Amino acid sequence: MDVRSLETELRTLMLAGLDGDALAHRALLTGLSSHLRAYFKRRLARIGRSEADAEDLVQETLMAIHTRRHTYDRTQPLTPWVYAIARYRLIDSLRRTKASVKDVPIDEHVELFVDDDTGAIESGLDLERLLARLPAKTRRTIQLVKLDGLSTHEAAARSGSSPSAVKVTVHRGLRALSLLVKSRNTR
Amino acid sequence: MKTDELVELLSIQVEPVRATHLRRTLWLSLAVGIGVTVCLMLALFGVPAYAFGAADLRIQAVSFLFTLSLVAIGAQLLVTVARPAEPGRKALLLMGLVFLVLLAAGLIALTSSPRAAWHAMLFSPQWSMCLICIPLFALAPFAALIRALRRAAPTHPALTGATAGIVAAASGAAIFSCCIPGSSLPFVTVWYGGVILLCALAGAVISPWLLRW
Repeated sequence: MDVRSLETELRTLMLAGLDGDALAHRALLTGLSSHLRAYFKRRLARIGRSEADAEDLVQETLMAIHTRRHTYDRTQPLTPWVYAIARYRLIDSLRRTKASVKDVPIDEHVELFVDDDTGAIESGLDLERLLARLPAKTRRTIQLVKLDGLSTHEAAARSGSSPSAVKVTVHRGLRALSLLVKSRNTR
Repeated sequence: MKTDELVELLSIQVEPVRATHLRRTLWLSLAVGIGVTVCLMLALFGVPAYAFGAADLRIQAVSFLFTLSLVAIGAQLLVTVARPAEPGRKALLLMGLVFLVLLAAGLIALTSSPRAAWHAMLFSPQWSMCLICIPLFALAPFAALIRALRRAAPTHPALTGATAGIVAAASGAAIFSCCIPGSSLPFVTVWYGGVILLCALAGAVISPWLLRW
């Protein structure tokens, strides 16, 4: 698929996701992850870093895209926005590991979508261990909704709180999770 | 963790996002910061007796016009730099223009008065108050803006910090001018314009540490 129709397709998914369409949001993140993987692998290969590092970056970028999706301007194309986030995460990662930031050239943002790579491997992030560091209530709520596949209403009934409280808890939990991922890297 | 698992996790619950969310949070934070500074001003100076009763209302009007236009342009620019993308130049040029106009006005006022009066014009007794109070009054708006910006995604932290510094210092200066208005145009140029620029510099220097995400 050429870069332009990919932009159109992913942007449509992004806009639907911003309106609350969870399926579109999932399709967007899935679609982006293969391009992000190809981009990070290409960049990291030049400085001799492993594929697991690339996968870490894919996941950090997906989290940033998710938790900061309110910074996307709906009137603008999606590719430059995603590219700016991916590049920021890459530079941040290189800085943390004391690699040279000069190794990150400013590319055309379309470069992000020229390749895809669906060869996902496990990242260094252990989901269970990350979840274990969340407050008990948050963890239980996320597990109810995610692992048991309950709807917000069912999870609310099961945990004895309101649907809106469940939503807030899950939202905060995911934000806390992305902070944990970052602190793991700065440790 | 597999990336697919993460994607599942992130798509559990997808809340609708308002198109105006970023703008609203930034401007609301600024309003809160300004509110805190107004309280600080009331605590320090009481209800400003000088306000609008300034010796020269024209100088007071110029101070307001200068600071408030910086706040307006800067607040608009903040919404742009809070997003991960290349910021445009228009707002920066516009802010530069505001400073230039004030500088030109200050210079004209200075050159059209006798050289003997220059020292008194530039160093009227309140200059040290400006130097202390404008940064002091900028603290709360700056902190509120930084807090909001950390939840956004600025990819140019120095520019973002400088903009936050200008907006915070300009709103601080507007509030300060109610208490101790400038006495001449050159005074406003140096002690309002100059101190606001210093705050912008401070914002640019410290923000790369504050605005990591």
